[in-house]
Amino acid sequence: MVAIRATLKRDLVLLLRRRSEVLNPLVFFALVITLFPIGISPDPALLATIAPGLLWVAALLAALLSLDGLFRSDYEDGSLEQLLLSPQPLPALALAKVAVHWLLTGLPLALMAPVLGIMLSLPAGSYLVLALSLALGSASLSLIGAIGAALTVGLSRGGVLLSLLVLPLYIPVLIFGAGAVQAAIQGAGVSAHLAILGALLAVALIFAPWAIAASLRISING
Amino acid sequence: MSLRLQARKLACERDDRWLFHDLDLELCAGQIVRVEGPNGSGKTTLLKILSGQLADYRGELFWKGAPMHRVRRDFLANLLYLGHASGVKAALTPLENLAWYQALAGAPGDEDDRLAALEAVGLAGFEDLPAGQLSAGQQRRVALARLELMPRPLWVLDEPFTAIDREGVAALEARLEAHTRCGGCVLVTTHHALRASAGLRSVCLGEGGAGVER
Amino acid sequence: MWAFIHKLGSPKWFYGISARLSPWCWALAVALILVGGAWGLAFAPADYQQGNSFRIIYVHVPAAFLAQSIFVAMAAAGVIFMVWKVKLADMAAAVMAPLGAGMTFVALFSGAVWGVPTWGTWWQWDARLTSMLILFFLYIGVIALRGAFSSRDSASRAASVLAMVGVINIPIIKYSVEWWYTLHQPATFSVTSRPAMPTEMWAPLLIMVLGFYSFFIAVTLMRTRSEILRRESSKRWVRDLLGEGG
Repeated sequence: MVAIRATLKRDLVLLLRRRSEVLNPLVFFALVITLFPIGISPDPALLATIAPGLLWVAALLAALLSLDGLFRSDYEDGSLEQLLLSPQPLPALALAKVAVHWLLTGLPLALMAPVLGIMLSLPAGSYLVLALSLALGSASLSLIGAIGAALTVGLSRGGVLLSLLVLPLYIPVLIFGAGAVQAAIQGAGVSAHLAILGALLAVALIFAPWAIAASLRISING
Repeated sequence: MSLRLQARKLACERDDRWLFHDLDLELCAGQIVRVEGPNGSGKTTLLKILSGQLADYRGELFWKGAPMHRVRRDFLANLLYLGHASGVKAALTPLENLAWYQALAGAPGDEDDRLAALEAVGLAGFEDLPAGQLSAGQQRRVALARLELMPRPLWVLDEPFTAIDREGVAALEARLEAHTRCGGCVLVTTHHALRASAGLRSVCLGEGGAGVER
Repeated sequence: MWAFIHKLGSPKWFYGISARLSPWCWALAVALILVGGAWGLAFAPADYQQGNSFRIIYVHVPAAFLAQSIFVAMAAAGVIFMVWKVKLADMAAAVMAPLGAGMTFVALFSGAVWGVPTWGTWWQWDARLTSMLILFFLYIGVIALRGAFSSRDSASRAASVLAMVGVINIPIIKYSVEWWYTLHQPATFSVTSRPAMPTEMWAPLLIMVLGFYSFFIAVTLMRTRSEILRRESSKRWVRDLLGEGG
């Protein structure tokens, strides 16, 4: 427990000292959302219909962008080796690192999404669901993505490969996340969507830490 | 049970090339074993196998007489490994780095201990600077401070003398001897010639052949 | 059990046994595909709605079946490799990945061709085609990951882990895509899920499916054999073998 708490604290401190790494995904999110009205049309009615999907896809890409760094600096300076040699269970330590990633990437993206929703004239009444679905869904994204990050951390150019590995696995989360927002717009119940997002998160929580641990052990010997 | 790390008929094949085979090795309390060999002869791989990081080998490993896979947790709790990379985070201060290592071992640790350890490796006054602002040798010393800080009997050190100045080398060498005198044991790779002492032995890894103990 | 697994996992033993099995698999595959193909293309009755264009089902469905089965087989081989360290399983997984990707491509392509007479377009975001496309990306990911490592041992392990993660996800992806599809296009005609198919139609389909499976087994045996020779080229039994042969 001490080790897990210390790892949480260490990663939080590290990310807060390199603030740009926390801010970059948020700026990227805002930029991508800005591109769409310019590329498609500023028509509010059109934007409103595509807004749930756009917001979700852009947030997903922003979260993906920051994944490559999740284990890379630890790999390069040798602290990943030390993490693996700790007598503590590696899946739990990996989970702590993923939790920090979500706390400083997924959660801020979820909090920021409603603001961008206003810019896309997202219909009223769906803002809370947007933030909630992103907060829930991005936790799954961080967990699944961390498997890809762990598999590619030993490769010098893992960035593009990481997206190739991870994006197909993101599709269920995207479907139910964007679906929740759409259901909220249509006035349908959203609890089923959110429940499924929660179920996906539960499955990811059960399997991902082991897969991340196994992948890290592979990468450290690459 | 006394400290004893044994390897029997150890062999490692990396992509169709034998790094070493039929390697027998024993490391007991009070001993320093130095692994020698030219670059690429598998020194680091051997150290990684012996420190339980690599599972891809043939042969058997024993810790305190029991097969390694059964006592892995106890083994890790007794092991201190320093790799090629120092494991020091550039954005954290030496004190914060050490605090994480203490916690990783399972105990929250004490600030005074950390300060004492940093002083022992000659880093007094640098405790609160981000490690990234220190020189390469000083960063190495931060990693070496872990030797002072954490009472672990088995040290596995991969090129610990890299980037350290002459006084530092002498101090580290003395530290290794002191450790073995207190009943610890050390496994080390280095190109630096170690002072002959009672517990010192060498293992030489050659070109694609067996390790020879001298 | 243990002894059996290790005997089965010995490349040398497998090389011998597969040499005897392989011709039979090939013969079976060719016979089944010829019979099923001829029956399906020439003798089965035309569909009352789609006419003769439905006959593409005899390629599309077996390919789609195989594409999914190969992924499962690849993940199973990955488990055997990771748990029992049977290198042969990894060799099989390595040769299965391109084959599976190829089958997925065949299924996608035949689906697109089928789409022209049925939907009047080459591509529609149909649930099955969409999940097939995602499966294709998963295959490419596994192949790319295996290719990205410089050490073959690490590449094998990484590809195994990814195949296992993928196989857990495939049903989730499949069901969520189906759900997504029904939500967006509730009333579209779905080509492959028809209520009742007369025996004259599905019997050749069954034969084709079996033929494709035999083909898969035959190709996997053959390619695993060459993979064995490549990876074990430094072993004495391979040198002896090649020395005898020429």
